[in-house]
Amino acid sequence: MTYPAGYRYTKDHEWIEAKGDLGTIGLTDYAQSKLGDLVFVELPKVGDAVEAGKPLGTVESVKAASDIYAPVSGEVLEVNGSLKDAPEKINSDPHGAGWLIKVRLKNLAELKALMDGPAYEAYLALPEQEGSH
Amino acid sequence: MVDSSELKIRKTALNGVHRAMGAKMVNFGGWDMPVEYPATGGLVAEHKAVRGGVGIFDVSHMGDIRIYNERSSGAGLAAVQHITMNDASHLAIGQAQYSAMLYPAGTFVDDVIVHRLGEDDFLLVINAGTREKDVNWVLENTKAFDCTVENLSDSYTQLAIQGPRAIDVAQKLARPNLSALKNYWFTHGEVCGLQNVLIARTGYTGEDGFEIYVPSDVKTSEDVWAKVMDAGREFGIVPCGLGARNTLRLEARMSLYGHEISENINVWEAGLARFCKIEKGDFVGSDALKKEKAEGLKRTLVGIEMIDRGIARDGYGCSNEAGEPIGVVTSGSPSPTLGKNIGLAFVPPAMAGLGATIYVDIRGQKCKSRVVPTPFYKREKTAGPNLEK
Repeated sequence: MTYPAGYRYTKDHEWIEAKGDLGTIGLTDYAQSKLGDLVFVELPKVGDAVEAGKPLGTVESVKAASDIYAPVSGEVLEVNGSLKDAPEKINSDPHGAGWLIKVRLKNLAELKALMDGPAYEAYLALPEQEGSH
Repeated sequence: MVDSSELKIRKTALNGVHRAMGAKMVNFGGWDMPVEYPATGGLVAEHKAVRGGVGIFDVSHMGDIRIYNERSSGAGLAAVQHITMNDASHLAIGQAQYSAMLYPAGTFVDDVIVHRLGEDDFLLVINAGTREKDVNWVLENTKAFDCTVENLSDSYTQLAIQGPRAIDVAQKLARPNLSALKNYWFTHGEVCGLQNVLIARTGYTGEDGFEIYVPSDVKTSEDVWAKVMDAGREFGIVPCGLGARNTLRLEARMSLYGHEISENINVWEAGLARFCKIEKGDFVGSDALKKEKAEGLKRTLVGIEMIDRGIARDGYGCSNEAGEPIGVVTSGSPSPTLGKNIGLAFVPPAMAGLGATIYVDIRGQKCKSRVVPTPFYKREKTAGPNLEK
């Protein structure tokens, strides 16, 4: 799977697609493959504030629960409610239908700290990546 | 702190096979082990294969300790009786039992399966993460006995073939008549052309199955693995990792070291009294256990089923209706067989009644669960009387 060049990526394997101050956030293909088949998703509510680098929710496979970290700070505008009954969408289409939340960004400069597609792919290729998550 | 397991991770003889099959690998107790095989369906498919058909596990990371006296003086048995809590004197040659080694406080060094190989000859199968500790502990605590202690942990590749069709697969490869082998009995015989292979009707899945012990060289190990996979093809065999091993054992309410049993948990708390034979005479831990019994149980292990949405996990706190902390979850997971979220938790005996409401603290939310009977899953018995006790 390729990583859309227009998305920005975190070292914790979240992505954000920003249009102006509106951002859609999800988990990367690498993240979903490491986590395995997801069975449960816990997301914030519309109106909640999320803070860059802080947990915004949780995904769970049969094996374990994992935090999802917010790539940026902002206010939650929309939550992907279809994941409640179909968390496997994150596995099958992590960069599309498996999106998690939409936010209004508080500080556009936070995007600059994130990687673009090629930089993220280079990050994944680092040897120390294996086993560090 | 430097974790030595990170410095030198160990591999079983089948490591190359797991990697070639695209297994997701994890460090488990210092061992590089497969957690699931996504290419053949992953954890849930593996779990269901074992419940409904057959699966194969590489469990070579388990350790093996042989304790014996060559002249059958009885010192081997005496040593085993001293260091384990079940009564090994009741075992026939060719029979095995679930047991445990205890600290003087009545808490767990490890749980073990004791096999009686001969009149005064025993094989203890121990856990991977506790191997070195166990071996040292056994050496230390058998000093007073005129017995030989051998660490055979690196000698065997141990394969677990598990599921209702395990017997069909194993019988295609083994010369001894396996249907004559009762649960928790074992024999030695020809398997895949190898002579004198230990074949035990044991496992850690709550399902019928066999564990076979073959020489641990890579060539033999890979050859046997391939033959089992071949023989199992018509029954839909899949390779299974530690993920399915955990959900299977949890449904069957089998203990996992570091979770339901540990150096801080005693036999009564762990609910393993039926495997602890205080009346057999003194053994390491028996004095403390008698005292603990007289004082009464402070906490007990219960099975819980989530009512609210959420999955209980190891280490999550438990509370009562009033929000007061009452205990802790030791293991928790979605149950692939039941389609429910289940767990095991330590709670005070007063809160342990069937149907009692227990709240699990899941990331700050008090989620409702109820106490349910265990095992969560029990297979229909097909293979003769269960003599494991």
